[in-house]
Amino acid sequence: MWKCSVVVGVVLLLASIPLASQSPTFGVGRPPTPEDFRELATAIAPDGTGLPEGSGTVAAGREVFAAQCARCHGQKAEGDIGPILVGGQGTLRTPKPLKTVGSFWPYATTLWDYINRAMPFDKPGLLKSSEVYAAAAYILNLNGIIGEADVMDAKTLPKIRMPNRDGFVSDPRPDVGPKAKKPN
Amino acid sequence: MKNSKRPSRRQLLKMGAAAVGGGLLAQPKALAAESPGKLGIPLGPYGERSPYEKAVRWRRDTKTPETGSSFSPLQDSVGTLTPSSLHYERHHAGIPFIDPAQHRLVIHGMVDRPLSLAVADIKRLPSITRIMVLECGGNSGSEWTAITGPDVQRSYGLVSCSEWTGVSLSLLLKEVGVKPDASWVIAEGADACRMERSVPLAKALDDALIAYGQNGEALRPAQGYPLRLLLPGWEGNTNVKWLHSLKLTDQAYMARDETAKYSDLMPDGKARIFTYRMEAKSVITFPSGGQKLPGTGLYELTGLAWSGSGRIERVEITTDGGKSWVAAKLHEPRLPIAFTRFRLPWRFDGREAVIASRATDETGYVQPTREELIAVRGTNSGYHFNGMKFWKIQTDGTVRNVEV
Repeated sequence: MWKCSVVVGVVLLLASIPLASQSPTFGVGRPPTPEDFRELATAIAPDGTGLPEGSGTVAAGREVFAAQCARCHGQKAEGDIGPILVGGQGTLRTPKPLKTVGSFWPYATTLWDYINRAMPFDKPGLLKSSEVYAAAAYILNLNGIIGEADVMDAKTLPKIRMPNRDGFVSDPRPDVGPKAKKPN
Repeated sequence: MKNSKRPSRRQLLKMGAAAVGGGLLAQPKALAAESPGKLGIPLGPYGERSPYEKAVRWRRDTKTPETGSSFSPLQDSVGTLTPSSLHYERHHAGIPFIDPAQHRLVIHGMVDRPLSLAVADIKRLPSITRIMVLECGGNSGSEWTAITGPDVQRSYGLVSCSEWTGVSLSLLLKEVGVKPDASWVIAEGADACRMERSVPLAKALDDALIAYGQNGEALRPAQGYPLRLLLPGWEGNTNVKWLHSLKLTDQAYMARDETAKYSDLMPDGKARIFTYRMEAKSVITFPSGGQKLPGTGLYELTGLAWSGSGRIERVEITTDGGKSWVAAKLHEPRLPIAFTRFRLPWRFDGREAVIASRATDETGYVQPTREELIAVRGTNSGYHFNGMKFWKIQTDGTVRNVEV
């Protein structure tokens, strides 16, 4: 019986390895498994590609924020151990620019992506998809970008036009010296 | 023995020398019997430097010790390679503890054959070794708003140079078969924050490396063990450490660390995005801020120059605050995108001197002054500062940071 189960195990093991699995020239590696992908954060494109199911309201986000974020970012996202997340709109061309989600970040999708992959700072990956939508909704609402009744999900989040959406230009370097390019 | 009134071996040797000088014969056999030699410590499995050597990284205090940067002690450096243990660090969520046997690199997205590679798989592939500088995009960032760095370590120390070994990323991309519409590679690290950067496919196909070796051994954990991305000449942050994912896409993903961070805010309120390349830069490491010349006389001014655009062609040094410049001698070999050490003999005559270096790379780009940079970029861009650094040697030989 013991021998039999070993044989069955070996057969199952071999069956689980696809034959045409390795790289064509050097014959290394195998197709990625679901376990491999579990280690990776979900990368979110600015057009929303990658956003999962689920949704979050501003009200739900207020609770998520109080429980998971306020400890570092302050009750009203005014900043403490973690950076300030609100305000600063209109300051980017002043001597003291305040770069926040509201004043600087060009895409709302980045907010979902970053909260999901990196927050809370000491427990990244803790929040469920809907909690990430909710936290994003609350921060966007604090910045006056969405209304109290707005709901964030895979459809609504990419459609948000962030205040600084057009605030980025390409790199014109070299920008000093005789070969300097003219800024765009 | 310590309180013995017998003369020490050194004293006896001196006496012997005096005796020889006086025309008398020394008696070495008797001396040896007086003071037998002492054995050194046994051989060890992994080397350590002499306890007399004290150079260490300097870490700026942060509210959370897992995020922050530690600066390489350039003032103590010799030659052109940075010891792995003194390589600058910049982490955003601590250094992960990774078992290389469990680590995998997944290449997926817009490819014909998604692939999951073990570290051993990557080590089986044809390898490349190159000496290459790595500089944090925020190196010398404090120099934008004020000349605040009192010494070369704290002002220019987020740069290091290592010999790296790994596999060409273009080779791996051939193995997976990149789909024709793909134009970007989204790289992700296995640290707690899953560091994410978008890399243009052209760079990935050009000279990018997946490195597993540094200075003749495995990468240090702080440098991405067991695998990291290396993008020659590009800001440190894009050289994603603990690399575990490369996703081929048709767009940049606008990650937090390429939009909210590592973008350069200009005076008009617009921010430059994807300013990847670190331009030519140099700094005098001796004499530099915090050091003291012990007296007048002949010294060798020395320092380091590098460029993310290629080889260093020329380094000039001023000792009169920028009025006149002389070419320094460059150590060979001058490798592209690597530290090049320069030197210039100089006599300190006890009069105040203001010294600086400026580098020119193979593209003809000349390292600018801080004022030239600020004239174009203002003082709020934060990243990519490559201006000259001036040191003032005071009449008593002390060296300090100075604004010119």
